[in-house]
Amino acid sequence: MAHDAVATETTGPGYAPGLRGIATDWSADKQTFHVPWGKAMMWIFLLSDTFIFSCFLTGYMNVRSSTRVQWPNPSEVFALSFGGDPIPLILIAIMTFILITSSGTMAMAVNMGYRGDRAKTASLMLITAAFGAMFVGMQAFEWTKLIIDEGVRPWSNPMGAPQFGAVFFMITGFHGAHVSIGVIYLVTVAMKVLRGDYEKRGYEIVEITGLYWHFVDLVWVFIFAFFYLW
Amino acid sequence: MAYVAIADRDHHLHDPQTFITKYIYSQDHKVIAIQYGLTAIFVGLIAMALSVLMRLQLGFPETFSVITPEEYYQYVTLHGMIMVIYLLTALFLGGFGNYLIPLMCGSRDMVFPFMNMLSFWVYLLSVLILLSSFFVPGGPTGAGWTLYPPQAIAPGTPGIGAGIVLMLLSLAVFIVAFTMGGLNYVTTVLQARCKGMTLMRMPLSIWGIFVATILGLLAFPALLVAAIMMLLDQAIGTSFFLPSMLTMGEESVQSGGSPILFQHLFWFFGHPEVYIVALPAFGMVSDVLATHARKNIFGYRMMVWAIVAIGALSFIVWAHHMYVSGMNPYFGFFFATTTLIIAVPTALKVYNWVLTLWKGDLHLTVPMLFAIGFIFTFTHGGLTGLFLGNVTVDLPLSDTYFVVGHFHMVMGVSPVLVLFAAIYHWYPKMTGRMYNEMLGRWHFWLTLLGTYSIYLPMHYLGFLGVPRRYYANGVTDFMPDSVQNANAGITIAALVVAATTLIFVFNMIWSLFRGEKADGNPWGGTTLEWQTPQTPPVHGNWGDKLPEVHRWAYDFSVPGEKQDFIPQTEPPHEGVVAGREHGVHH
Repeated sequence: MAHDAVATETTGPGYAPGLRGIATDWSADKQTFHVPWGKAMMWIFLLSDTFIFSCFLTGYMNVRSSTRVQWPNPSEVFALSFGGDPIPLILIAIMTFILITSSGTMAMAVNMGYRGDRAKTASLMLITAAFGAMFVGMQAFEWTKLIIDEGVRPWSNPMGAPQFGAVFFMITGFHGAHVSIGVIYLVTVAMKVLRGDYEKRGYEIVEITGLYWHFVDLVWVFIFAFFYLW
Repeated sequence: MAYVAIADRDHHLHDPQTFITKYIYSQDHKVIAIQYGLTAIFVGLIAMALSVLMRLQLGFPETFSVITPEEYYQYVTLHGMIMVIYLLTALFLGGFGNYLIPLMCGSRDMVFPFMNMLSFWVYLLSVLILLSSFFVPGGPTGAGWTLYPPQAIAPGTPGIGAGIVLMLLSLAVFIVAFTMGGLNYVTTVLQARCKGMTLMRMPLSIWGIFVATILGLLAFPALLVAAIMMLLDQAIGTSFFLPSMLTMGEESVQSGGSPILFQHLFWFFGHPEVYIVALPAFGMVSDVLATHARKNIFGYRMMVWAIVAIGALSFIVWAHHMYVSGMNPYFGFFFATTTLIIAVPTALKVYNWVLTLWKGDLHLTVPMLFAIGFIFTFTHGGLTGLFLGNVTVDLPLSDTYFVVGHFHMVMGVSPVLVLFAAIYHWYPKMTGRMYNEMLGRWHFWLTLLGTYSIYLPMHYLGFLGVPRRYYANGVTDFMPDSVQNANAGITIAALVVAATTLIFVFNMIWSLFRGEKADGNPWGGTTLEWQTPQTPPVHGNWGDKLPEVHRWAYDFSVPGEKQDFIPQTEPPHEGVVAGREHGVHH
């Protein structure tokens, strides 16, 4: 018991490496995670949100494997043709590329935030938001094409199992709502950054916003893999 | 101590000026706790009234048939849903979680008070949405509290229109409210404890609330997803959960869905939900028992790890609710095994409670009586759980009154007894007055004996094979006349218990104005909330300086001490063989 819980009171925040560090953090009388409250809370929220998306995707897999009607082939459904032959998954590839790129600009915004460069931080965040808005716009285009041209509805679809439309609109819609909320969140924080609201409190909020944004991107990778590639 | 100093940072605290910001749109965790608590108790009383109407129908179908079969199903549904979610979850976490976490951890408030306030108002909205379903055409849903599709949205069930939509919406809104509160509770426990308050010095109440909140944050998503899917099925005609079927002689429009998917999602939420309610109860009862037995809790570390282990295991037992659903029979083997494993840490807790009482200096106050009553009801309810956890024993007992008896014993009566214990225990701190002792004792004895007279006969009815959720049993070959007699007896006991609850309500209100003034620490409690400078604690909780913790929460009857308790704030001193706390030498 040489190294008991109380001893850490005098040694300050423990940055011991590895498992010992974790044990020190969890047994000490200080913040369990060396991060601001808002960031800790965002992590816990994202953990909860992960369970929401996991349930959606698990439900989708269950529905897809239990339906007795043919599941439409995503390569054909999500193909676009530019003049000539249809190119499978081209739109979704562009959308994915845009969303991943937005994660890059977000990471740069976080970096600029910690350097205290207000103008660059805000503009990078606004660029990220613009990428997000483009993503949502292209999703709207995809929805329109499916609904108007292909006749897919949440309750039916001419290509096979009615659950295809149901799951597609529900999951991409829920994800699209996350992206839209993220865009609003980014714009709000960017405006406050520009106004200088965080000069005193620090720019952790940019990183917290970034956590949410990267999470939304990461979820998209899973939706992409399970819905479009399967 | 740069990090602890953050807990003392006060710019997060708003400064209430007017009556409205102080008591209505308050961001103070204590006011929010009481708002949560009063709302939860209010809907709980409605749910109790519904159960009285159901019992009158079952006990005296000839004389007191005041409700129709449709209403019976609607009341079954609403009674269950309100009790489990809007009363127990809200009162344990929104009420006691809010009140106790900052006080017991030595913080000034939750980490994000505004979001905490929002949590209550969104919860209130979910309650209003739920209650509004009584006033829509077709009435509230009558699908049973588990809302199983297809019958929850198929013709023939009451309330398949607006009723089920409002129920699902209300659940979704409740989950939003819970998430906002829950994020606060978890972050506060992890990040905002005062100096000296290590996780392994936290009172067990906080451990129970903390782990239960984590369970909630991970389990409610499944319910949210199930609710969204069913909402889509009902409102726009998708078929996630609807197979093709003949209803009322007509082929259904929707087809190809999987009703079992709903059951999996529902119980992936539903089983952790049992522990979302039970773990705070485990924690709070531990503190009440130790305080009134003037003895340290037996096996503190084991108690903590048992809470954590039960919480983790609760995520892999859900399909024991589905043995008769038609799922793959091999699942039954797996889920029966995990279910029986969870009995190990649970039994450990019961043994430790009993060993805490062993040779203690028992003060049989009202909270103590309720806490001891809990040990009995929980043991009985837990033992019948072993029957239902085994597939072969469960099959004949499924959907009988045995299940009703088991469930109400373990998840109805037991947590409610802890709630009563907790309300009486912390009442002097919350209000600054003592409750009326005599009324409290009447309340305890009538409740304990009354609930036993309600639920023990139900086990017998279950063995006879009496099915649950039936409006009337009619005349059958397998039910002897004694079934009706037992039902009449149960109803009388239920009426007595319901009336007794009104004694409790009266006691709480009367004592608020006429009760004796209580001093700050009437029970000789060691934990931080009993050491506040004012009683009831004021905004900011601690005056100028945050408390500093020097010992665990259970230094009762330490040999050589003048008092039979040492508050957590007291520094270690010379000449005393203190520090039974494991791992810490003073």
